[in-house]
Amino acid sequence: MRTISAAQLTDAIARLCIRANTLLPEDVDRALEWACHTEPWPLAQETLELLRRNQDRAWERKLPICQDTGMACVFVELGQEVHIDGNFEEAIHQGVRRGYDEGFLRKSIVSDPLRRVNTEDNTPASITVRIVPGDRCAITVAPKGFGSENMSRLAMLKPADGVGGVKQFVVETVRLAGPNPCPPVVLGIGIGGSFDKVAALAKHALLRPLDEPNPDPFYEKLEDELLEEVNALGIGPQGFGGRTTCLGLAIETAPTHVAGLPVAVNVSCHVTRRATEVL
Amino acid sequence: MQYKLTTPVTREDLAPLRAGDTVLLSGVVYTARDAAHQRMMELLDRGEPLPFPVEGSALYYVGPTPERPGEIIGSAGPTTSGRMDAYSPRLLDLGQAVMIGKGARNQAVKDAVVRNGAVYLAALGGAGALMAASVKKLEIICWEDLGCEAVRRLEVEDMPLTVILDPHGGDLYQSGPTAYLASLEEK
Repeated sequence: MRTISAAQLTDAIARLCIRANTLLPEDVDRALEWACHTEPWPLAQETLELLRRNQDRAWERKLPICQDTGMACVFVELGQEVHIDGNFEEAIHQGVRRGYDEGFLRKSIVSDPLRRVNTEDNTPASITVRIVPGDRCAITVAPKGFGSENMSRLAMLKPADGVGGVKQFVVETVRLAGPNPCPPVVLGIGIGGSFDKVAALAKHALLRPLDEPNPDPFYEKLEDELLEEVNALGIGPQGFGGRTTCLGLAIETAPTHVAGLPVAVNVSCHVTRRATEVL
Repeated sequence: MQYKLTTPVTREDLAPLRAGDTVLLSGVVYTARDAAHQRMMELLDRGEPLPFPVEGSALYYVGPTPERPGEIIGSAGPTTSGRMDAYSPRLLDLGQAVMIGKGARNQAVKDAVVRNGAVYLAALGGAGALMAASVKKLEIICWEDLGCEAVRRLEVEDMPLTVILDPHGGDLYQSGPTAYLASLEEK
């Protein structure tokens, strides 16, 4: 049994909140750079260059890349040999509280969906925990902006809809989103499971680096085909027109019921943020 | 085409603008998001004046991050404008001339833009660090309790913007993708 203190957890979360909001993951940056080289439409290429300049400026001036510093989505892979000394969830919330204060990040959380009073410290975090073998604790903070989150969709398709139905739903989601989610977008796609599980799969898919395809060749091919279909829509960066509507997408799947084919698309933007530390 | 404009603007200033043109905007820009718009509607319902001179004004849909000590503003990119669709036509009819945000608007807003000779300009979504560079002065003028949604008076210099909706019914979110797709067919 290995002990990790609540204070260690809090420190790590605070650091990750700040890092995720000021430095884009390398894979997303590379995808943006690649898009700058391959985009054939002049206005779209100019726009992509500006998005890269924004990242440089954010890093130089210690500014958040985007003013929507998001809901703090925290994913913990907790080794079953680890004992947390202290209150696990409160340690995470405290880390978010500190990170958002010390990093001059925007506080965007309201305590109740209808009565809408800002909690002023960006808590509570949205926490997802998975117990895994081992004695380590891997923490990922993925701040999620709601311009893109609001464009996400979920459908309970029929098994007969098959691959074609899934593709149609994904492409339609991006078409309906249009310029709203700050394209070029990144898509997390969940297929299978249950109503709640499929949304979690889609969210989890956003954590996978964009240059890492699905390990199953069947789904790797589907990812490639979907990316091509989405980028044939013509929406382009910021919705001004162009090829680069989507920087990358990831599909996560789960076994499902004989009668169902759930599909969920979690839309994210060109500022798809995540930062990880292993304790 | 690129245009340089300074607020407050007149109908004549905006008349040459076409969807897809770029604008470098200077002068005073007021910030307002959902909550501030709702409060403005309440003021108007009670017959009270708005907290800023509305004629020829520009509203930027933004909730910036807190400014670091010594900095004028934090990160300050646009929020999704569609959430303001319910309020914008009323403000445009009262004289607001420029809306700044990102994302699609509904037909009522498009009609109000044409009716009033106004424009809807896009700031770069997700580029808050870049957009902040053109802000030279910031002052909260009301509703401080709304935090990042409080109404701020910004003095901006050459804020880089793109015309989405022009006074003649043009819409870059329609014409931009259409032009790109047409270019593929020509090849």
